[in-house]
Amino acid sequence: MSSAAPAVVVRDLSLIFQTADSPVTALSDVNLTIERGEFVSFIGPSGCGKTTLMRVIADLERATSGSISVNGMSPEAARLKRAYGYVFQAAALYPWRNVLKNVMLPLEIMGLPAAERDSRARQQLELVGLNGFEGKYPWQLSGGMQQRVSIARALALQPQMLLMDEPFGALDEITRDHLNEQLLRLWEATGKTVIFVTHSISEAVFLSQRIVVMSPRPGRILEVIDNPLPAGRLLDARESTGFAEVAHRVRLALRAGHSYD
Amino acid sequence: MTAAASPKESATVSANANATANATANANPTANAGVSVRPTRFKLGAVALFAAVMALSAWILLQVHGSGPRAQDMPILWLALAGWAVLVALTLNRLALLQQPKPLRLLAPGLLGSALLFIWEVGVVGWDVPRVLLPAPHAVAQALVTRWDVLWPDFKQTAIAVLAGYAIGCGAGLAAALLCDRVDFLKRGLLPLAGLAGAVPIVGIAPIMVMWFGFDWHSKAAVAAVVTFFPMLVNTLAGLAATDAMHRDLMRTYAASHNATLAKLRLPGALPFIFNALKINSTLALISAIVAEFFGSPIYGLGFRISAEVARMNVDVVWAAIAMSALAGSLFYGLIALMERGLTFWHPSYRQ
Amino acid sequence: MTEVALPAPTRQPVAPASGRWLPVLVVVICILLLWYAGAVGLNAPQVTERLNNLGSPWGWQDLVSAAWAMERPVLPAPHQVALDFYSSLVDNDIDSPRNLLFHAGVTLSATLLGFGLGLLLGVLLAVGVVHSRVLDRGLLPWIIASQTIPILAIAPMAVVVLGSLGYPPLVSKAVISMYLCFFPIVIGMVKGLRSPEVLQMDLMRTYSASRPQLLWLLRLPAAVPFLFASAKVAIATSLVGAIVGELPTGAQAGLGARLLQGSYFGQTVQIWSALVMASLLGVALVGLVSLAERATARLMGTQP
Repeated sequence: MSSAAPAVVVRDLSLIFQTADSPVTALSDVNLTIERGEFVSFIGPSGCGKTTLMRVIADLERATSGSISVNGMSPEAARLKRAYGYVFQAAALYPWRNVLKNVMLPLEIMGLPAAERDSRARQQLELVGLNGFEGKYPWQLSGGMQQRVSIARALALQPQMLLMDEPFGALDEITRDHLNEQLLRLWEATGKTVIFVTHSISEAVFLSQRIVVMSPRPGRILEVIDNPLPAGRLLDARESTGFAEVAHRVRLALRAGHSYD
Repeated sequence: MTAAASPKESATVSANANATANATANANPTANAGVSVRPTRFKLGAVALFAAVMALSAWILLQVHGSGPRAQDMPILWLALAGWAVLVALTLNRLALLQQPKPLRLLAPGLLGSALLFIWEVGVVGWDVPRVLLPAPHAVAQALVTRWDVLWPDFKQTAIAVLAGYAIGCGAGLAAALLCDRVDFLKRGLLPLAGLAGAVPIVGIAPIMVMWFGFDWHSKAAVAAVVTFFPMLVNTLAGLAATDAMHRDLMRTYAASHNATLAKLRLPGALPFIFNALKINSTLALISAIVAEFFGSPIYGLGFRISAEVARMNVDVVWAAIAMSALAGSLFYGLIALMERGLTFWHPSYRQ
Repeated sequence: MTEVALPAPTRQPVAPASGRWLPVLVVVICILLLWYAGAVGLNAPQVTERLNNLGSPWGWQDLVSAAWAMERPVLPAPHQVALDFYSSLVDNDIDSPRNLLFHAGVTLSATLLGFGLGLLLGVLLAVGVVHSRVLDRGLLPWIIASQTIPILAIAPMAVVVLGSLGYPPLVSKAVISMYLCFFPIVIGMVKGLRSPEVLQMDLMRTYSASRPQLLWLLRLPAAVPFLFASAKVAIATSLVGAIVGELPTGAQAGLGARLLQGSYFGQTVQIWSALVMASLLGVALVGLVSLAERATARLMGTQP
């Protein structure tokens, strides 16, 4: 790990939602530190708070108690400084813009000049392997390609952090595997901090350096598992015994958290 | 209007007919799928039927307009008409199956419309229907031509009112929607009232507008403006609210200002709704202006012409004025629909 | 390209009831205040002229109170309209032509008859369009095109023609209303009858359901929400048709006739009262359809 200040520091964070019937504790006393350049996965069943935690980091939700700092600032300040790129479960592309214009969207909002917007957008599209598709419209692309455009768009701002909320959940397994590999190579090339929410154990083990296992009612962190697998993994690593061991540990942790009840 | 059966066309027709047969099977589970066999024959059959219909129609028209015995007294005419009806039904049945290329889709409604016109003409002339009751289409066409010197200024008078009212009403509705978007309190207060306004016969304010703005086109434009304001307001607000939570979150992660979000996300996303209102309003504005003229007008205006000539029982001029308004209304609507196609090409409803 | 539903619970706090009617109340009060101010402004020229003719000096209180009590104002004050409305209802017998309820009843009968006929025609046409390819491809484009034609322009002529044929005005007004309101019903019903998913239609086919069974068991129930949505539009349009139908023939009864009379004789307050009655009628009719919708939903089990 680098000796620079950690990217995200969460201390005793709690989030209680006031719904119409009764308060819902989405997060309860969460403590977590994420270093810069790390690839961390949040895994758990629905309702365990993994997406909520990421949304708090992204300043899309406010905690009710506890503290959190992103890049040494409050999440709001980090958001206003555009410190991260967010990738949703669905591609959320604008159908009235072609692929290139979609990737340029955050750059337009930032106010960059046209030439720079164009070159940066093309650069990111090349990074995700979609050069040649700039003029296409979202509905002309497959689901996997749309998500790649979404990732390129998140990278366009050149943020230090990538927050990804089950980005490949809606895709078929073959496309998923392919994109997992591409994401890992991307991360190795760029060295960004990546927080990845998933409910696929194999995805979490394949991609991340640390796996944060969460459980619901109330949402909390059960265990943080270090992934000893070597860097530069290929898809074949999924068949190795080391992989199965880590996956087993994750499953045990999930079971301990009553995720399978 | 013949469906030319060239070899390459027939190949596309067969391929597309298969596709459309499968597509129509969903909407019409027991529709017959049988266009794939010998498409050239099918098209030739349609052409033959159509030619027969044309020939028979020409003969009937000649008989009816001729100076021979009256239609009721000619049993052969009844026979001819019965045969004509059967032929038209058969032709329609075939034409309804033609889907590609796109212009061919106009054949079935075209034939039905012409058939209705034909029945109108034959019925009125052949059975000596009194002119004051229902004039024949050719009489209406005649009136359109002979009274053009009066009808054209009428049209211009009404058109100014319609366009001015439309522009003001839609513009004000859009502005009010943007204001309500900014001030949530205003939205919660105004939206229920705007919904109620849909139940109210707003054309009733016409006499009040005449009192305030005088007899000229300004009062009619005012009525059209008020009528078009509410659908525009309601639809624009619905469109602005229609954006996904996900899209709005994305804008938050870009730290985009309210105006940037409005300009880049919510307004483009609201365009389908806005055009829906613009289309509805095009007909509403025309109707309101004409009805407003029933309440009082200088001596011009399509509405005035209709009510005045009805009083004088010059029914063919009335129908000519109605035909003009119908044509104008359809053109107006069609123009807006074309603009909609250009600006909202991305909407799922345009993709098959 | 499946849409993934985000599993988030509803998180927005429910707006307290006062948050819903308070803004409407405030907006209504603002409108009333503007109305009073407008009455002063628009009536001022006439009032100042009259006050000047009286000779004695006058102040702004005289102006305001006179502006709000004119006999033939340019803009009557809200309380003038309210008083006239109330007195017309209370001070007259219910079948006297001075009573707004009498006129409302005349217009209402034409509206309801036209709405009923239009509903029947619309539903029948919609069922025909969905089941016959010829009607679908040949007639439906014309029905849609008819929307762009100002049909209301035909109203005077239809009334005159039908009147000369001996039909009572009720029938001619109802015919206009019917013609106006069958269109939204057809469009809505066609959408509704075609709304069941392909999956549901396929399921029926595996049961070898006949066409009438398909219609009764699947298409019609699916079309009910669409029917009610378009019925609300249709009944409001039917009311407009009935009112406009009263204009050309110099009718003596009905809200449209009352509006016309008021405009001929310059009785502004009468016009406003008639408008208020027409608005109340429109809102009540749409409300009735909503009630019917809720009752049907409860009967069908789609709502508790």
